[in-house]
Amino acid sequence: MTMVYEKSKGLTDVPFHYCPGCTHGVIHKLVAETLVELGVLEDAIGVAPVGCSVLAYKYFNCDMQEAAHGRAPAVATGIKRVHPENVVFTYQGDGDLASIGTAEIVHAAHRGEKFTTIFVNNAIYGMTGGQMAPTTLIGQKTTTSPLGRTVEHSGMPIRMSEMLATIDGAKFVERVSVDTPANIRKAKKAIKRAFECQIQGKGFAIVEVLSTCPTNWGYTPVKALGWLQENMIPYYPLGNFRDFEEDK
Amino acid sequence: MSKVLMKGNEAVGAAAIKAGCRYFFGYPITPSSEIPEYMSKALPEVGGVFLQAESEVAAINMVYGAGGAGARVMTGSSSPGISLKQEGITYAAGAEIPCVIVNMMRGGPGLGSIQPGQADYYQSTRGGGNGDYRTLCYAPASIQETVDYVMLAFDKADEYRNPVLICADGMIGQMMEAVEFKENLNKNLPAKDWATTGTKGKREKNIVNSLFLEAELCEDHNIRLEKKYKLMEENEVLYESFGLEDADVVCVAYGTTSRIVKTAIKLAAAKGIKVGIIRPITLWPYPYAIYKDINPNCKGILGVEMSQGQIMDDIKIGIEGRMPVYFHGRTGGMVPTPAGILAEIEKIAGGTK
Repeated sequence: MTMVYEKSKGLTDVPFHYCPGCTHGVIHKLVAETLVELGVLEDAIGVAPVGCSVLAYKYFNCDMQEAAHGRAPAVATGIKRVHPENVVFTYQGDGDLASIGTAEIVHAAHRGEKFTTIFVNNAIYGMTGGQMAPTTLIGQKTTTSPLGRTVEHSGMPIRMSEMLATIDGAKFVERVSVDTPANIRKAKKAIKRAFECQIQGKGFAIVEVLSTCPTNWGYTPVKALGWLQENMIPYYPLGNFRDFEEDK
Repeated sequence: MSKVLMKGNEAVGAAAIKAGCRYFFGYPITPSSEIPEYMSKALPEVGGVFLQAESEVAAINMVYGAGGAGARVMTGSSSPGISLKQEGITYAAGAEIPCVIVNMMRGGPGLGSIQPGQADYYQSTRGGGNGDYRTLCYAPASIQETVDYVMLAFDKADEYRNPVLICADGMIGQMMEAVEFKENLNKNLPAKDWATTGTKGKREKNIVNSLFLEAELCEDHNIRLEKKYKLMEENEVLYESFGLEDADVVCVAYGTTSRIVKTAIKLAAAKGIKVGIIRPITLWPYPYAIYKDINPNCKGILGVEMSQGQIMDDIKIGIEGRMPVYFHGRTGGMVPTPAGILAEIEKIAGGTK
């Protein structure tokens, strides 16, 4: 019998705790497969965030550290400076990276820290029960913007990839989505390139992945994918903002 | 080895390197800025890494990452900066990451002053961050002791897998004294087989973590930590004392203040007043047991500190109500004088207070 599909060796056998329809599972898989395909799983040290993916340290089949909320880039800096030969990555959500941890991510990028960040943007705080994030869209209802987010009160949603792409030390910046099989394949390609950026010693690399939160958005998994396509992608355009090949 | 003249903050850096520390993450703040300045030059010379972080918060979290990756690592700051580091310290305690944090205390609260202070006693000894945790806390009274206890701190951090604080006052950081670097490092420390170094395919994955979502497991973790803290209480208490058995008055002071108290004790002796001293070297664990040696007819205990009296709680616990307790201190960056301390001693000895 031919094996046509098996779970990546980059993941442990611990069952995911993620809600039905949440795309964290897909993103975990892409990161895990990438580590295996690049042959760096045994050298990998990951840093998990605070938020829905707080338990990522149980799922990735490599050494892991659990960081304080938003501090994963600082923790990863400490690890990478001690073990420059290892492959270090952070896995962070939008509350973690785009709100409480903005200083840490901006300065890690600014220093050109040679680690890779997977930034999962689902426009909401999932773990704590659906509160407004800096990435929450205008008009989007959350438990702390019950009438919908307004520009007057909370400003416009923050576009982290565009901002980080202005920083010299950020050598690879790309925004992808995991809403369709085609986009999942593109996401995988970007994640691989982001790790290659680190392995080649080019500098900081980040992939922003647009992701769904059916539970807190209040949609079925299928409708959530549609909401992402209709609302998130227009405001958060997919594409590459920076590639290390451009820097001669 | 012969003695060298060094400024306190620079001696901290030299002692850390001597103890095998190769990583320093910090942020400038008066009166401890010479620590990062020294490390920025000295660490690259020994193959180490100095990194100026974007904030105190980032610095302590870099320490968390480096310590969790198995390195000997340090950060240093002063009071307001140490407040910012409390998040990382409680995470390091929870995840059992060895690291050394130096606090050159200054006047507070808030931005306070840049002159020496000792008003971070509660923060240092009662746990400045959230949760049930303890940190060994050394309070050196000279540059020599600073060097000795910084070096010891790295061993103790590794031995117990716990953050260790050096609580000095800004005076210690800024003054110069002759120091000698001793070879006193413990060679029998446990291997860091828990650290994140990459599995290399040779072992199961390691996880450095302070999260226990199931309450039963979190309680078990706390109980296990508490056993470790009890071991520290049994084995790590350090203090200096003299003259307790026939004292008219006993002074309690640490750090720079204890040296001023010793001058006041000599002045009191010239007036026929017998004054003993208890000088805690570890602020936590605290030397409560030595209070049993105090003359039962002693007229009172005088706590002296550059604060509004934060050491008094531990003095009261130590003396268990057997005699009156008094406090004399200057705060906000002001330093007590021998004359001021002597006046308090005379009041207590004369029973006029």
